[in-house]
Amino acid sequence: MTALDPLRLTARVAKRLLVDGEISSAELAKVYLDQIAAVEPRVRAYILVTYDNAAKYSTKVDREMQAMRGPLAGLPIAIKDNMVTEGVTTTCASRILHDYMPVYTATAVRQVWDDHVVMLGKTNLDEFAMGSSTENSSYQTTRNPWDLATVPGGSSGGSAAAVAAGEALWALGSDTGGSIRQPAALCGIVGMKPTYGAVSRYGLVAFASSLDQIGPLTRSVYDCALLLQHIVGQDPNDATSVALPEPVTLPDAERLDGLRVGIPAEYLAAGIEPGVRARFDETIARVEELGGTCTQISLPHTEYALPAYYIIAPAEASANLARFDGVRYGYRCADPVDLLDMYERTRGEGFGPEVKRRIMIGTYALSAGYYDAYYGRAQKVRTLVRRDFERAFADVDLIASPTSPSVAFKAGSRTADPLSMYMCDICTIPVNLAGLPAISIPCGLSDGLPVGFQLIGPAFSENRILQAAHALEGAIGFEPAPTFCDSGAVAPDGGGEAAAEWSPQPGGLCAQAWKEAQE
Amino acid sequence: MSAWEPVIGLEMHVELDTRTKMFCACEVTKGDEPNTHTCPKCLAHPGALPVVNQRAVEDAARIALALNCSVRPRNIFHRKNYFYPDLPKAYQISQYDEPLAVDGWFEYWVGDEKLRCRINRVHMEEDAAKLVHAGGDTGRIAGSDFSMVDFNRGGTPLIEIVSEPDIPSPEAAREFLQQLRNLVVELGVSECNMEEGQIRWDANISVRPEGSTELGTRTELKNMNSFRYLQQALEAEIPRQVEIIEAGGRIDLETLHFDPDTGTTTPLRSKEEAHDYRYFPEPDLVPLVIDPAWVEELRATQPELPAARVERFTSQYGLSRADALVLGSSHALAAFYEEVVALGAGAKPAANWTMGEYLAHLNAAGLEAGHGHVTAERLAKLVKLVADDTVSTSSGKDVFAKMIAERAEPEEIVEKHGLGQISDTSELKAPVARVVADNPAQVEQYRGGKQQVLGFFVGQVMKATGGRANPRLVNELLRKALDG
Repeated sequence: MTALDPLRLTARVAKRLLVDGEISSAELAKVYLDQIAAVEPRVRAYILVTYDNAAKYSTKVDREMQAMRGPLAGLPIAIKDNMVTEGVTTTCASRILHDYMPVYTATAVRQVWDDHVVMLGKTNLDEFAMGSSTENSSYQTTRNPWDLATVPGGSSGGSAAAVAAGEALWALGSDTGGSIRQPAALCGIVGMKPTYGAVSRYGLVAFASSLDQIGPLTRSVYDCALLLQHIVGQDPNDATSVALPEPVTLPDAERLDGLRVGIPAEYLAAGIEPGVRARFDETIARVEELGGTCTQISLPHTEYALPAYYIIAPAEASANLARFDGVRYGYRCADPVDLLDMYERTRGEGFGPEVKRRIMIGTYALSAGYYDAYYGRAQKVRTLVRRDFERAFADVDLIASPTSPSVAFKAGSRTADPLSMYMCDICTIPVNLAGLPAISIPCGLSDGLPVGFQLIGPAFSENRILQAAHALEGAIGFEPAPTFCDSGAVAPDGGGEAAAEWSPQPGGLCAQAWKEAQE
Repeated sequence: MSAWEPVIGLEMHVELDTRTKMFCACEVTKGDEPNTHTCPKCLAHPGALPVVNQRAVEDAARIALALNCSVRPRNIFHRKNYFYPDLPKAYQISQYDEPLAVDGWFEYWVGDEKLRCRINRVHMEEDAAKLVHAGGDTGRIAGSDFSMVDFNRGGTPLIEIVSEPDIPSPEAAREFLQQLRNLVVELGVSECNMEEGQIRWDANISVRPEGSTELGTRTELKNMNSFRYLQQALEAEIPRQVEIIEAGGRIDLETLHFDPDTGTTTPLRSKEEAHDYRYFPEPDLVPLVIDPAWVEELRATQPELPAARVERFTSQYGLSRADALVLGSSHALAAFYEEVVALGAGAKPAANWTMGEYLAHLNAAGLEAGHGHVTAERLAKLVKLVADDTVSTSSGKDVFAKMIAERAEPEEIVEKHGLGQISDTSELKAPVARVVADNPAQVEQYRGGKQQVLGFFVGQVMKATGGRANPRLVNELLRKALDG
C-alpha cells in the first residue's frame, strides 16, 4: 500500500488506486479513520463517527468487489447530520433530535449507499442548518483546520472541515443560503449547490423547503462532478425534484475560450475584505488569461435579497420545525402538566437560541395582518432577484463573485451579533432565492486562510459551471495546506457549554450493514 | 314585532374512498389496528415530503363538476398551521386562495319546491389523525386519563365543500345536506358513511328582517353529527339570535357547540377559537396544473346524477315528482327500483311497492337498499303476481312479510300458504250468496238505491275468503246477486 496523504487525496485518484488494486477499500477507510483519530479532538467535525460501519462495510466491499463494482464503490464519505440515515441517529445538531433514529434513508444518501460508498459518519452543522459558522450546534463547535481558532463556516461546517482536515475523502452538505459554498470557501475546498430540484430533498430535514438543496463538498472540481453525477435525478418522493436536461459530465476543460463572465458590481460594493478582493481580482485576471472575457454587470435588487431571505427562510422554517412537538419522536420535556406545557417546554428546551429566533421571526412574518407586508413582499423581491439573473444571463454565460466577503473568522467573534453573521451569506443568498446552481472553488489565501471564488450559472448549467471551474482550478493550482495551528486570541464561545452537556453519540453503529440485513 | 328570516350556509367535509392517502402511499382503511397504516410521510418524520394523490384530485374534480363549479387550471396547496397531537406536521396541507374549483351551484328539493344554492368552492386537504381519549368515563378529552393518537386516518383525502349563504330554512339545510350526500355517493367517490364520520359539516347562520337583502352577523354551529341534529341546532339558534337582536343586543361572530341532549347551542371558549392559521403556499409541492381537456374527459364520464335521474323517472316511468324524488335521490334505491322494473314489473306498481313495503322494511331492519332477503328479483315476481291477479294486493303484503321471515321465493310462499287469489267464479258463488243471505238489512238499503253499501258486501266476502278473493270478480258477482 502506498502511503496516502488524506489532505490531498482526491476521489478520482482513490478510485483509480482501488480499481488497480493498489489499495483496498478497508485500507482506504482506515486512512480516514486514522486521520479522524489524530485530528478530530481538535477539529470536532463529526457528531457521530460510524467506525464499525466504515470498517465492516469497506471490508464487505473488498470481499464482494465483483458484485459491488460501481463507479463509487468503496470510496468513503461523510454525511451532514441533517440527512436521515436509517439505523443511524440523525440529530440536526439539535437537542430536540438528540436520540432520533430515522426509519428511512434520504434519497441522496441512499443513492450513494446503493453505489457502495462507505459512510464514515455524520457531520456537525449549525442546528437545523441555521447559521454560518457551525457555532449554533447544540453539541460542539467545529474548528477550521487552517486555524483552529477560527470557524469552518456553516452550516455545513462539519462536512467542510472533515474534508479539509483529511477526515473524509468527500462529503455531502446542504445549502439553503450558502451553507455548502461558504464553508467550502472558508476551508479551502470545492463546494457546489446544484439547481433547485436537481437533487432530491427527500430525507433532508427541512429548514427552508423552497431554498434547500443537497450538494457535494470535495477536494477537486472533478470529484465534485463525480459525486454530483450520483445524487441528481427526479425522485417520486420529492414533488419539487426535476430531471436534469443533460447528464452531469466529468469536466476536462483547461481553457475558457469564448466564455463570457459577468461581475456584479453590487457584490463587490459591500464590505469585501481587501485580501478577498485581491484574490478575486487575480482570479478574474486568470479567467481572461484562459480566454474568457469579463464584464461588469448589474444585479440591481441584490441589496434586498438578504432581507427577503430572512423573511422567507424563517417563515418556511417556522412551519417545517413545528413537527418537533414531543408527541411522536425526539425530545419531550419531563413531567408536562398538560398539552400546552408539553409543547412549550419541549420546544423551549429542545431548540437553541438561533432556531428559536428564526421560528419567531417566521411566525411573525406569516401572522394575520403582517403577511402582505413581510412574506408577500419578500416573495415579490424574490421574483425581482430571479429576473435580475435572467436578464444578466442574456449577456453572460456565468457570473463570478467572491463566495464570502471574508475569510474564516474567529470563533465567538460574531455570535453576539446575528446581523454580522447573516452578512456572511450576502454573495450566496441571491443564488438560492433564484434557485440557480453555483460552485465555490479555492482561489488562494488571505492572511494564511483560504478565499473562495464563486461561479453562478443559469438553471441546469451544472456542466458549464463544472467545466469553467475545472479550467480555473488548474490555472490557480491551489495547494491544500491546513496547518491545524491555533492562533487563539478569542475566548471560547457559548458552544462549549452546550457541548459539555450534550456530548455526541458514541460510535459503533453499522448503518449500511444493518440496512442490508433489513432487506 | 317584525318577522325574521334565517340565512344559512353549510360547510361540508367528505373523506374520499381512495385506495391511498392524500400525500403518501399508505392505504386508507377502516377499523384496522391503530397505527398500522403509517409511514414517514403521514407521521411527519423529519425530511419526509408530500406527494399529491392523483386519484384524489380526480375524485375532487368529479365532485366539483357535479356541483357545476369551474375547475381552475392552476391551483395551489397551502399550509394551515396549528399545533394539535392529531396533526403530526403541525400544519394541515389544505387549499386557501387558489382552490381546486369555485363558483358552482347545487339544486335540491324541499317538498315540491326546487331550490338553488350557490357553491363557493370545492377544495382538497388531508384529514387529521384520530384521537382516542382513554380512562375516565366521558370518552371526551375532559375527564380522560390519557389520550392516544391513531394515525391510520391521518392523511386521508378530505374534500371541503363550502356553500354560499343561500339556504332559507333549517329544513332546507337538512334537505340540502341529504341530497348533497346522495350526490357524492352517486359519484362513487365516497360512501359518506355517517357513523364513521366520512361526512361532517358545520353551519353558518344569521337572521335578518324578512325581505331584507343584507346579511346579519353569523354564528358558526358545530357538533351536529346527524341530519336531524343539524335541523334542530339551526331551529334552536334562530330564536336565540332573534331574541338578542330584539332586546337591542348584537350577535357575536363566534362558534357555538350544539348539545343534542338539551337541544341548545352554547359558545365554545373564544380563546380556543382565536386561531391565526398563518396560511402560506406549501413549498414542498409545485402548483397543480390541471389540463382543461382532462376536465372535459371527466365531465363526459360523469355518472347520472340524482337530479337528472329524478327528471328521468318522471318522464320515463310516468312517476309523480314526489315519487321520483323518493326513488331517484339515492343511488341504491334507484338502482333497486330500476332493476325491479327491468325484471318486468310495471313501473307504477313497482314504485308503490318499493316506496311502501320495501322502504318500510329497509327502515325497520336498518338495511341499505339492495341488501337483505327481498331482492329486486323477488319483489318483481311479487309485483307481477299481483298484476296478473294470482294474488290480491292484501295477500301480496302477506307474501312480502313472509319473504323476509322465510327467505323464500314469492311463488313458493303463495303455494305453501295457499295465498293464491280466488278468481274462480264457482268458488266465489257460495260465499257471495251467504253474505247476501246473512245481511237482509243491507240488501234492503242497496236495493233502495244506496249503492255505497256494495263496499260493505265486498269487505264481507274478502273477510270470508281470507283476503284471497279477486275483488273485481267479487264486485261482479255481488252486483249480479243484488241487482238480481
